[in-house]
Amino acid sequence: MITTKDLTKVYRTRDREITALDGVDLHVNEGEVFGVVGQSGAGKSSLIRCVNLLERPTSGTVTVDGEDLTALAGKRSRAGRELRAARSRIGMVFQHFNLLSSRTVRGNVELPLEILGYSGQQRRSKALELLDLVGLSEKARAYPAQLSGGQKQRVGIARALAGDPKVLLSDEATSALDPETTRSVLQLLRDLNRKLGLTVLLITHEMDVVKSVCDSAALMKNGRFTESGTVSELLATPGSELAGELFPVGGGSSGDDRTVVDVTFHGGTATEPVVSKLSRTYNIDVSILGAAMDTVGGKQVGRMRIALPGGFDDNVVPIGYLREQGLTVTVVDGPEPASVLSGASVQGPDAEERPATGAESSEEGRR
Amino acid sequence: MSWAEMQPLLWQGVIDTVYMVAWSTLVAVLVGLPIGVLLVLTERGGLLRNAVVNKVLGAIVNVGRSLPFIILMIALIPVTRALVGTFIGPSAAIVPLAIGAIPFFARLVETAVREVDGGLVEAVQSMGGGAPTIVFKALLPQSLPSLVAGLTTTVIVLISYSAMAGAISGGGLGAVALQYGYQRFETGVMLATVAALIVIVTLVQLLGDAVVRFLTRRERSSAA
Repeated sequence: MITTKDLTKVYRTRDREITALDGVDLHVNEGEVFGVVGQSGAGKSSLIRCVNLLERPTSGTVTVDGEDLTALAGKRSRAGRELRAARSRIGMVFQHFNLLSSRTVRGNVELPLEILGYSGQQRRSKALELLDLVGLSEKARAYPAQLSGGQKQRVGIARALAGDPKVLLSDEATSALDPETTRSVLQLLRDLNRKLGLTVLLITHEMDVVKSVCDSAALMKNGRFTESGTVSELLATPGSELAGELFPVGGGSSGDDRTVVDVTFHGGTATEPVVSKLSRTYNIDVSILGAAMDTVGGKQVGRMRIALPGGFDDNVVPIGYLREQGLTVTVVDGPEPASVLSGASVQGPDAEERPATGAESSEEGRR
Repeated sequence: MSWAEMQPLLWQGVIDTVYMVAWSTLVAVLVGLPIGVLLVLTERGGLLRNAVVNKVLGAIVNVGRSLPFIILMIALIPVTRALVGTFIGPSAAIVPLAIGAIPFFARLVETAVREVDGGLVEAVQSMGGGAPTIVFKALLPQSLPSLVAGLTTTVIVLISYSAMAGAISGGGLGAVALQYGYQRFETGVMLATVAALIVIVTLVQLLGDAVVRFLTRRERSSAA
């Protein structure tokens, strides 16, 4: 639905060049919610602005719903009619809502309809319909200043949906909201995604946003995607930084008398009582050291760190059993051969418990 | 001079002043508003970025702003004569008044429009709106309170310019003050003119403030 190929964006100031996007290949499937996560300055904002060409990419192409927007834009700096028409089919919501304070809630939702050339009566009924969809029909006559942040963002969402878009771009839509409001706004986005088959591309710096609504995610650093895929693919990737951030688990490592393993559930198997089956089948005591489970995109996903009694050699069979169940199993600091263990070291408790910001900002500090 | 003698003089002065100010304000708005908006749109990074237009408009505005009004008025006498047929009388005074007020109002418009949050421009762009849509549906409505405040200031400046114009070309309260109050030593007339000007300026300011308050009431109202 949204594809970018080798997208680059370079900002030139008088004395230097800043590369905001450094060859981004984004692929968002129809009907999915795709989250791009990253620190501020990673290039997320430039990326989402390049998708509807609010910013012109320096090179690369952007295709939305089969339409090559970069070709529509041409070389002119002003947006031509074709590009403007294409933009009207892409909804966008903003971190700071960007509502017109001089218009009522209904007037704000009617604005894109005015641009699309609807008649007064059509605008009115469509706007009320949209406000009903976001649960704000009783606020139609209020002014934005009279609304709470969450309500303002709902108006922003209603406005973004006015052109019946297939694609919604969300630029840190929940970053100015408190956690509870964030949840309800994300829930709304998820509902709209299901109800209208809306494809959503959102950028955020909050892992929770990805965890609660995204089907797929990408991690962005220094203008590049370092990881990208569906949430279950990411979980299945040993050493995935995103998976580690999304599902942090802590709690000890292997010793002589116990084998600690991380079990990753990527949809489907989480409802099966795998752990208790394991315990019964092999007659071993399994202790759960830590777990992070969630329902992502309707599937249960997550990771669990469990300890099995005895050394690794004693547990080859139970670990094999877990793998047979379709789970990804990695031994934490165990004596398993290094090739199988490729992901284990980054999953040590230290790496996981450190907040993402600390780890990455120190890295930025060194640069 | 008795009040009965003074009254028709003053009344005519007020009418001439209002006439001059009203017409020159109209022209200043019609010409100054687009210039002010264009100054914002054509600047670097603006919607219609165009360095040439921006520089030329900016230069015209700066020249207009830096000329003392009295010099502008005298320099414009040939233009006034060509346009109105004479450079004497309230109608003739409208020409230099309007030309003097255009750059003044244009700068105020520029400041007001520049204050509009760029996010709104981006929002309208993302809906597929072009430059005219952005100007008429976002920039102007959002800056309306500041524009009205700027208009109030412009009208008051025009009232003071009109007194100067009147004194030279004859007409309005300025002419009354000069011809009767100064040249005929009628202190009463002088004081009455000053009082009339104070009343007019105060009324304009109060009216302007009231309109600004009316326009911003809904934007400032706190969360319900």
